[in-house]
Amino acid sequence: MADGLRLETLEIRLGGRCMVALDAHVAPGEVLTVMGPSGSGKSTLLAAITGALDPAFALSGRILLDGEDVTALPTERRRIGILFQDELLFPHLSVGGNLAFGLTPSLRGRAARRKRIDSALQEIGLEGFAARDPATLSGGQKARVALMRTLLAEPRALLLDEPFSRLDAARRGQIRELVFARAKAQRLPVLLVTHDREDACAAGGAVIELGA
Amino acid sequence: MKPMLAAAALAAALAMPALADPDPADWDAVTAEAQGQTVYWNAWGGSDVINDFITWIGEQAAEQGVTLEHVKLSDTAEAVSRVLAEKTAGKDEGGAIDLIWINGENFASMKEQDLLFGPWAEALPNRALTDPQNSALSADFTVPTDGMESPWGMAQLVFFHDSARLPEPPRTMPTLLAWAQANPGRFTFPQPPDFLGATFLKQALIEFSPDMMALEGPVEDADYEATTAPLWAFMDELTPNLWRQGRAYPQNGARLVQLMADNEIDIGFDFNPNAASNAIANGQLPDSVRSHVHDGGTLGNASFVAIPYNANAKAGAMVVADILLSPEAQARMADPEVWGLGTVLDVAALEPEQLLLFDRIEFGPATLKPEELGETLPEPHPSWMVKLEEDWTARYGVAQ
Amino acid sequence: MSLLRRAPALTLLVMLGPVLAGLAGTLLPAFGIMPALGRVEPGLMPFSELAAWPGLPRAVALSLGTGLGSTLLALALTMLICAGWQGTRAFRWLERALSPLLSVPHAAAAFGLAFLIAPSGWVARALAQLLGWERPPDLLILQDPWGLSLIAGLVVKELPFLLLMTLAALPALRPGQSLATARSLGYGRSAGWLKTVFPRLYPQIRLPVYAVLAFSMSVVDVALILGPNTPPTLAVQVLRWMNDPDLALRLRAAAGALLQLVLTLGALGLWRLGEIAVARIGRAWIEAGGRARHDAPLRALSFGAGALSALAIILGLAALGVWSVAGFWGFPALLPDAFTAKSWMKQGPQLLSPAADTALIALVATGVALALVLACLEAEHRFGLRPSARALWLLYLPLIVPQIAFLPGLQILALVGGVDGTITAVIAAHVIFVLPYVFLSLADPYRGWDRRNAIVGHALGASPARVFWRLRLPMLLRPVLTAVAVGCAVSVGQFLPTLLLGGGRVQTLTTEAVALASGGARRVIGVTALAQTAAAFLPFALALLIPALVWRNRKGLKHG
Repeated sequence: MADGLRLETLEIRLGGRCMVALDAHVAPGEVLTVMGPSGSGKSTLLAAITGALDPAFALSGRILLDGEDVTALPTERRRIGILFQDELLFPHLSVGGNLAFGLTPSLRGRAARRKRIDSALQEIGLEGFAARDPATLSGGQKARVALMRTLLAEPRALLLDEPFSRLDAARRGQIRELVFARAKAQRLPVLLVTHDREDACAAGGAVIELGA
Repeated sequence: MKPMLAAAALAAALAMPALADPDPADWDAVTAEAQGQTVYWNAWGGSDVINDFITWIGEQAAEQGVTLEHVKLSDTAEAVSRVLAEKTAGKDEGGAIDLIWINGENFASMKEQDLLFGPWAEALPNRALTDPQNSALSADFTVPTDGMESPWGMAQLVFFHDSARLPEPPRTMPTLLAWAQANPGRFTFPQPPDFLGATFLKQALIEFSPDMMALEGPVEDADYEATTAPLWAFMDELTPNLWRQGRAYPQNGARLVQLMADNEIDIGFDFNPNAASNAIANGQLPDSVRSHVHDGGTLGNASFVAIPYNANAKAGAMVVADILLSPEAQARMADPEVWGLGTVLDVAALEPEQLLLFDRIEFGPATLKPEELGETLPEPHPSWMVKLEEDWTARYGVAQ
Repeated sequence: MSLLRRAPALTLLVMLGPVLAGLAGTLLPAFGIMPALGRVEPGLMPFSELAAWPGLPRAVALSLGTGLGSTLLALALTMLICAGWQGTRAFRWLERALSPLLSVPHAAAAFGLAFLIAPSGWVARALAQLLGWERPPDLLILQDPWGLSLIAGLVVKELPFLLLMTLAALPALRPGQSLATARSLGYGRSAGWLKTVFPRLYPQIRLPVYAVLAFSMSVVDVALILGPNTPPTLAVQVLRWMNDPDLALRLRAAAGALLQLVLTLGALGLWRLGEIAVARIGRAWIEAGGRARHDAPLRALSFGAGALSALAIILGLAALGVWSVAGFWGFPALLPDAFTAKSWMKQGPQLLSPAADTALIALVATGVALALVLACLEAEHRFGLRPSARALWLLYLPLIVPQIAFLPGLQILALVGGVDGTITAVIAAHVIFVLPYVFLSLADPYRGWDRRNAIVGHALGASPARVFWRLRLPMLLRPVLTAVAVGCAVSVGQFLPTLLLGGGRVQTLTTEAVALASGGARRVIGVTALAQTAAAFLPFALALLIPALVWRNRKGLKHG
């Protein structure tokens, strides 16, 4: 049942103080933008949804993904992709290796996997880059590889932690469009955390303000 | 019934040691038991020359079916500590050490604490070749050996000097003092309680002390103050004129050779009469170095090997000790080209073909011939050594 | 999974169990109980004998003075070098010059230094050539009563170590930004660094500093070579009593070992008080706002000191190298009269078997230590089992308790257990000393790894194990190899553990070197010191080469 991402009375408390209280639903293919000043708990929220919340915080409520309660699952079983501000391409793997790391294990066979990676590179206009050292890529190229890596894992939702703020103005628009287009094409619910109004406008979805 | 059981138990108890330890009197049984054994000989490893000699002994032992392993020590005390630790832990059999190169205080301590196996030394076949009159073989620093250790070399305190820098060296302690006052900073001795350094003190004590009898008995029985007064008077005058004004001392005899090579001192000494020649052959000292002794004789003693009470290969160890006493080994040892330590054998009583081995030996210019070595003075009772070391340390060893 | 959770507890057991057991074995003789000598009544006689030794006050003062002095000097120099030069090319040069020197064993460095500064040493010979001396001056440079040579010998080895620890801890503090901020406010370089970075840095390197202090207080081999001997430091004297033929002195030695332990703890306490005092003064200094713009002399001084320290070790090693091939070499010749390969030909083959044992022990001990440390660090990452301050202190216990205080007791245990004389016992003993250094060297880089990599990995579906093996370890290859190199160097340099637990059956390069060196023959010392250094240096070289090779096409990891 492709219900998308549902946050049911999600509350994150730190030492008794309530930092984030949220109740939201992101339908497949839609983008929910979360905005707020620094320190309002945006990154904490993302950490909670991915399952990497620091033990100092107390979480209550439920996180449902396509009808399945993932609140108690470890990160690696949730199938929720995340893109950070830094592309965080693994420096010891080639571009192809990074993509292979993300590629879902259900696709078996070296030849098949290679083919998938090559076509993925073609889709983002980086054909033949498989053997390249990630450190030699430009900012825009890295962002595209990071996106592809996340999508190749076939997630059921996508979280974005201010992923465009590092890019220069020209690139930002391009990459933003690419990400949203892809997410829509794969019917992924997207949660975008940003402090840039432009991102929110381009997302075109609901906007929630934290810490207001 | 009971008396029989008791008798059986007693017989069993008496038989047990015989089962465990080889009986040196039955030499055939000893050599048979030694076949295939590995003997760990713990001996000081600071001299290439000696290490090579021990390797050669190993080759001789291999011919008799015994494997010899030389465990190099920086100090005999390491071996003593080890046996003591084993005894503390209750390891009364199969100890790690089979043979120790030992004498003097270390021997006295181990013997006193029942850490040694024996008696065995007098039963060795080659023991018969030694001179029964040589008191240095039956009493180690006046402590009776009681057959608990077997001799293998004769050492004598011998001085050496660079004849190019010092044509006529002082040959008595008083002349040494006068020379040191004229040439301050050119003489020193290893810091007691180092064996060689303590020997220097004893040599001085003997030269100044007219009463040799007092030194033979324990120090408690003698008038310590009176006997040692001339020694301390001598040391009071000597110490400010020593190398580094007596504020630092080399830590062993080998460093004396190094200091001489560095032109820091002019006189050195060692227990090995051949030390100077060895050093020249090694390139450590120039050719102009010559040996000399003091008028009236210098201290001499024997080097021994002993077997710990819990050794693993006692039979093999005894075989090695016997090899050390063989004429071939003794002649090789006495050869200055190899080592140059004095022999413990009664050369006069040897068979002609054995004597030939000794006649072949050539002494280099730096080594004194046996007749030039002068008289060997006997060592004082070990308790004198202890008191002298303590006293020296209190007066000069920590005051700086 | 539950095994990983137990990793920290297991590690502490592996390290502390032997230390505490060994200490118990020393406590008994110190209070008069030594059944093997027939002493079974407890009493305070060993302590009263200890107090009666006339050299005790001076020996204690010497131990404290050289320990505190060398640590203070090494720390001050390290901080000044970082303050004055961090981020510059000269700094990188200094770092490259000093890091390999970590692998030179303490004794080898001490021997080399001894030959350099002795009145009949290289420097003096150079002077003799110029000034026409025929005999060396009768100056008490080595074995001087204030322990200055000893302090010098300790500092030249401690400086690279503290520098390495500092460099490992710095990146997380973003020193470049702090320094830039300070300088833009008008502060001079050194003052800026000292006021903005040092206060944050010191807590990170506090434990290494304590380890250095404990080591200098109880070091034996360097003190034997460079330190005074009328009287010597307390540690050396304890060793002398242990080695005395009069077995009753062993009790006094045990009492002395306990005193050494108390002294070390006291020195640490004193240092802690010093930290508080410095913090107070420092705060006042910072708030006073003095800009200290003219720090050029200070910078030159610190750089010079660092360079001199590196030079001392390098030249010392060179000297040992020349000695190893020297024919007759008297004073005041600068080079030997003749060169010969005799020493190498003789000692070389004899050193092969000990070298093999040394390598085996080092690799296995470091391997075990590495496994335990990685397990602990990963457990910390996964389960939040961060070591408390107390746990860290326990980790350092083997470094702080003097070896002579617990190794003899451990030897007895090994004897009772029947494992003494085996290479396994020696390896187990080495692990005790290798582990803290491996932990020290790996902890910060491990924790400093960007956790978001793990989150990304998990989000991509990788299990924690996969993240550890496929992401974390490969990215941390260089720090891991460096930690291995440090561990191997520590193992190669161990003397007492191998001696006491190996029972003469296990020979390493260091035990051979010490035995051969007891004869004082400089040529032999040269050969063995170089062999030891090579054995310890090889892992460091590999730690540099392997990442460069493996990551030659990965710019992101090439420079660690």
